[in-house]
Amino acid sequence: MEAVPARVRTYVACVAVAALLCLLPLPGIRTPWWAVALLAALYAGCERVARSRFVGISHPAGTFYPVLLAGAFLLPAPAAALVAVPGALLSQVEHRPVALRRIWRAAQLVLGVWAAARTHWLLGGRDAVAAGDVPYALGPAGAAVLVFCLVLAVLDGGILAVAERVPVRRAWRGLVARSLAPIAVHGLAGLMMAVLWRSPYGPVAALLVLLPMCVSWWAFAQYHRERAAHQATIRALVQAVDIKDGYTRGHSERVGQASMMIARELGMDDERVEVLRFAGILHDVGKLGVPTRLLRKNGPLTPEERRVIELHPEYGHEMVRGIGFLGEARAAVLHHHERLDGSGYPYGLVGRQIPESARVVAVADAFDAMTSNRCYSRARPVPVALAELERCAGSQFDPVMVAALVEAVGRTGWRPAVTADDIEDTEGAQDVRPPRVPPPGAPVSSPPGAHR
Amino acid sequence: MRPHRQPPLLTLVHACAALLAAGSLAVTLYSGLEERRVALAFGVLVTVGELARRNDAQVREPAPLGAAAALSYALLGEAGGRATHHGPAQVVAVVLAASLLGSVPHVARGQGPTLDHLARRVLTVGFVAVCFQPPYNRGMFDDWGGPAYALLLLALLSLTALCDAVLAAALAHSRTGWPFGPVLRDELRALYGIGSAVIATGAVMALAVAVVGLWALPVFSVPLLLAQMSFRRYAAVRATYRQTIASLARATEVAGYTPCGHARRVAALSQAVGRDLGLTEPELAVLEYAALMHDIGQLSLVDPVPAGATAGLPAAEQRRIALLGGAVVRQTGVDEAVAVVVERQADPYAEQPLAARIVRAVNAYEEKSREGGPGGPLTALEELRLATAGEYAPEVVESLARVLARSSLTLPLAG
Repeated sequence: MEAVPARVRTYVACVAVAALLCLLPLPGIRTPWWAVALLAALYAGCERVARSRFVGISHPAGTFYPVLLAGAFLLPAPAAALVAVPGALLSQVEHRPVALRRIWRAAQLVLGVWAAARTHWLLGGRDAVAAGDVPYALGPAGAAVLVFCLVLAVLDGGILAVAERVPVRRAWRGLVARSLAPIAVHGLAGLMMAVLWRSPYGPVAALLVLLPMCVSWWAFAQYHRERAAHQATIRALVQAVDIKDGYTRGHSERVGQASMMIARELGMDDERVEVLRFAGILHDVGKLGVPTRLLRKNGPLTPEERRVIELHPEYGHEMVRGIGFLGEARAAVLHHHERLDGSGYPYGLVGRQIPESARVVAVADAFDAMTSNRCYSRARPVPVALAELERCAGSQFDPVMVAALVEAVGRTGWRPAVTADDIEDTEGAQDVRPPRVPPPGAPVSSPPGAHR
Repeated sequence: MRPHRQPPLLTLVHACAALLAAGSLAVTLYSGLEERRVALAFGVLVTVGELARRNDAQVREPAPLGAAAALSYALLGEAGGRATHHGPAQVVAVVLAASLLGSVPHVARGQGPTLDHLARRVLTVGFVAVCFQPPYNRGMFDDWGGPAYALLLLALLSLTALCDAVLAAALAHSRTGWPFGPVLRDELRALYGIGSAVIATGAVMALAVAVVGLWALPVFSVPLLLAQMSFRRYAAVRATYRQTIASLARATEVAGYTPCGHARRVAALSQAVGRDLGLTEPELAVLEYAALMHDIGQLSLVDPVPAGATAGLPAAEQRRIALLGGAVVRQTGVDEAVAVVVERQADPYAEQPLAARIVRAVNAYEEKSREGGPGGPLTALEELRLATAGEYAPEVVESLARVLARSSLTLPLAG
């Protein structure tokens, strides 16, 4: 257990002691122990299967709560809390320190379930469940779910504040709002389990409720896996362009990031911001269609060669126009070399004729071209690049986009992300990587946008 | 195209369903509805389920809530503690009316449920109701205990699902001519997913309505709706992924290495051959991706192959391009199996996996038939048959011939 600060250990210990206090009255209560054992085994099994099945992916929907909440609706509070313990202590943990994390998870769930069961009992939910009085049983169950959610959020926010030193208010913001909807659905399933459990049909019928939940859980995990694979493919596609082009690594990803910053600054909604990120990432994808020899050429280009390279926006558009989810990003791929004064290519559009997405990507592209090393120019400092962009705003770039980028960079700074797989791929692609240092004869400064 | 004559099996199934529906409606109209509130509540749920249907070839059960509600009405013996008295005829009539009502907006949009789907719905619900309602109404299950009764419902629904899978496979078989075994296997595999959720929800809803009354219907629909939503998102992201792969495959066409539409045509024809040879759905997905990307290795060539026709090149060169392609596919992070197929597409067929054999033969056929002009397809097939000694697998070429004969040698032209 290396490098766990003492304050974190103290915090976890306090929560664990509180959890033990909840479990203390256990020996004195009268409860159907076979039901406790069955539910505990069920919960542990669900946790185990879920986490072993999707190795490497922690499930995006979090833990599988219906069994726990069914326990809270059926059993006395200490017994219901006990249901969570074996599953949490046996669960697989991806990161170290394993023991501390298991204890934390167990203690957190014990407190949450105990509070939920207690609330449910105080509001008279247990009788409603036993009588199968469904519209009435929804009330206490809803309150119990809310309490469960609140307790988990408070404890989670606490550990964030203690371990990561996140300010308390920021740690708690959004925690409840984010988890309430999924937990409410789990609570509904738990309530159905509890009602059927107490009915003449017994636990057999209750278990059937879990099946649709498991199926939708599985589909949700598949969805996330497929989405991750899709994004990896797009990223790899872009890396293929970077390798083929050879003048700089990570250019596409960085343009994606800068486009995203501009879009955020302009107050676009999240979906559009994401589309613009893809627009930035894919803007040069048409270079796959340009002969490698031209892209890697070191000397000046002949007019003929330049014309061939200037076909890349059209190639790119031809490639991505069939991808529905890209939306307006497709227009950005086609028009990212247009200029406001109409001197750009491929169509020589003027001002507002250029799609907004293309105007965003054009600024991001030029900004990254100036702030990274090229074979014909050394990287310029960020303020110099921004000043250059402002100088060309109006003639070449949309002033609104330039102002947004200046504002965003001024506030958060410019820290292009380097992801782990970037590094891995750099090693794999060593043989085709261009030299980082510009050749001695290369011009030191060139106008922005003069890059290809 | 001239209209096809409908296969006899389809006519038979549709006729049975129509007969059952008409008989049930007549009986119900004559004898009137029992327990109107219950019938209305289930009818509304079936209608809502149908309204939430999304017509998508990717999803095997497009209206899971409608199916589950219909099944649970067929299995309903008690509502809120009081016994119900509806017979099989009423079940079929209510479900049919609700399904038709729910599909009105879809029909208006020109994408209504297929006749096959309605026929299957009527037949399965009729089967369950006939198996369950008469014995129940005669009191045969009265001395069964609670858990045993729950298991009985589950067993009955599982049996129905099996029969439904067989029926669906038979319908698909007679409609498309795909071999029956693999289609049935795919239908059965789909039972693991949304199928099992529908069965469980159908059984649980019938039990829950018996315990708590009609309030159970909205509450117990939630998990199934959630499952439907998850599956829909999964299908959507898969479709997007396919679009991306297909676009990536266009890179060679855009760069002028291969003729326009070549990858798409090879993929479509490979899929048809794969189906004919009985590949499973996951294998078909791998085959499709590999066929789409089979020429991607040409991107790494400094000088393009004339017209992108690799089938005429020396074997060593073909294999070099295949290996380059495999390397590119590996980099894109697509399933490992796809890269293997792309890599091995130029090997002699004895050493190839089946998917690579298919891609090789179909690619050669596509290139040769394009070169050959008007009589191209027949000459190309003949050339492939002559080369089955070493290059093309005989069973794949024969399957290709069958597939082409079925579609009367009309391949989509470039576009």
